[in-house]
Amino acid sequence: MRVLVYVEDRDGEPTADSLAAVAKAAQLTGNAAAVLCGDRVTALGPRVCAAGAAHVYVADDPTLAAPLPQPRVDVLAALVRQHELDTVLFATSSLTTDVAGALANRLQAGLNWDLVDLELRGGELAGRRLALQDSVLVEVGWQGSPRLALLRPAAFGPDPPGPAGVAGEPAVEAYPAVIEPWSAQVRLVERRAEEAGASSIGDAELVVAGGRGLGGAHGFELLEELADALGAAVGASLPAVEIGWYPRRALVGQSGTSVAPRLYLACGISGAIQHKLGMQNAGTIVAINTDPRAPIFDFADLAVVGDVYEIVPDLTALVRARRQGSADTKGDAR
Amino acid sequence: MKIAVCAKVVPDSSVARLDPATLRLDRADELRVNPPDLHAVAAAVRLRDEAGAGEVVLLTLGPAASADALRHPLALGADRALLVTGGGAAGSDLLATTRVLALALGREQPDLVLFGQQAADSNGAVLWAAVADRLRLPLASRVVSVTVAPQGVAVSCSSERGLELCELPLPCVLSVSTAISEPPVPTFRELKRAGARPLERISAAELGLEPDELGEAGSGTRVLSLGAPPTRGERRDVVDDGQAAAAIFDLLVARSLI
Repeated sequence: MRVLVYVEDRDGEPTADSLAAVAKAAQLTGNAAAVLCGDRVTALGPRVCAAGAAHVYVADDPTLAAPLPQPRVDVLAALVRQHELDTVLFATSSLTTDVAGALANRLQAGLNWDLVDLELRGGELAGRRLALQDSVLVEVGWQGSPRLALLRPAAFGPDPPGPAGVAGEPAVEAYPAVIEPWSAQVRLVERRAEEAGASSIGDAELVVAGGRGLGGAHGFELLEELADALGAAVGASLPAVEIGWYPRRALVGQSGTSVAPRLYLACGISGAIQHKLGMQNAGTIVAINTDPRAPIFDFADLAVVGDVYEIVPDLTALVRARRQGSADTKGDAR
Repeated sequence: MKIAVCAKVVPDSSVARLDPATLRLDRADELRVNPPDLHAVAAAVRLRDEAGAGEVVLLTLGPAASADALRHPLALGADRALLVTGGGAAGSDLLATTRVLALALGREQPDLVLFGQQAADSNGAVLWAAVADRLRLPLASRVVSVTVAPQGVAVSCSSERGLELCELPLPCVLSVSTAISEPPVPTFRELKRAGARPLERISAAELGLEPDELGEAGSGTRVLSLGAPPTRGERRDVVDDGQAAAAIFDLLVARSLI
């Protein structure tokens, strides 16, 4: 098996999720390769080796400075063909989703996405994916080669996967970035970091929502902090919106947006039918309410009778600590 | 400006599921256009109207029964629809679907191709990049705003890195977020009128696809088995004694949510 892992860089670092994918590849084969594509990314090579890659290709070129997918597809396609690689792994992100989709067409290669597990069974690669809002576990395979896979980041970290079976000295090798003219037609004009997280609740994979039980607009500040830590969007029930505690665009329910995120964390929401209709298809529903008879508990996976003001700050701290620990562990991976 | 919107038709999960207690009928076989695609249609209609000329064409790959569901986007102002019905298209994965859409788009030659952005756990989330690659057209994803610029379009894209402002020449492919526009709810009269708009049916074979390019034969992936997820269980009740946050945190970790 000849595996290549695409390692995404962000803010001058390989992403922790990408390094977790490298570690996973190193579990599958002692000969895993990785590729970095960007401007001034050569210095990141040793970090990728430390995560378990036996060989790191580095396409270090100013034309790859902007985090755009199409030029990266050209580099990956050439690399896979030249070295007859049979498997390419990506840690799911906005960028890698586009790179993987395009590469699948370019190489006419099967792509399985959102995998929570990947294993070799009698020489055959098999992946596992949760479908239909995480209600079904699907085992997937590939026909032919190369095989492409997008891995759900949270499923592959942050615990280090054990010592990598790297044979010999890891090698970092420059790889030319040969970009086709039509791949370089998108121009990145400007980036505004401060507007991150402005995504609408309809798109969000994780939603933290508040209702009348919060008792005031200040309760939403706690929810926003938790949402920041989780990478979630903030939603609101109709009473909270009508009282004016939160903007109407965040309204979840029959008269607002219907959502089906992986996680719906309902804080101080009673769960009236109008609200239920807008969120009952969520994968995992956690409800916090002081009233043990709140209807929302009837369709929650985890029903917590308690005070949002005590529980949410603790939860935010736990999530932040995990994120921090995750970054540290992966940063020091060896 | 000629704009094609690739719209997916899906089972309507908002209608009642089978209730095991009452054995009430499960109506999940009713089809509707995937909700994010309606936002793309509304954005396309706005761009067409701002340009003052052109048309909005819906492209759908699906069963013949999809035609009724296409009334909704037509009522939002789309001019016509092209429904590619599959002989053998069932079971098509990313590669096979990409071939069909690329051929249909090649036939229409639009200036702009729009998709409705979907979540990363949906196979739709990799489709537009594959279609753009097949057509060799520039691509932008997760677009939250789009304006027509002198040299093409200017878009804002939302990602983990923040908001990225990009310029693309035409023709190009965009996947647009639900934040891009709010589709109005069509009136009964608009829905009725939409029934009169042209809806062309064409088979994948008529588009020029070989049988082995479609369905499972034309796919690069396969499903090995289906099962219940390991962690989904009965409801758990917790009364907060100071440990509730930890209980929630443990569940999020166990279900790979963080």
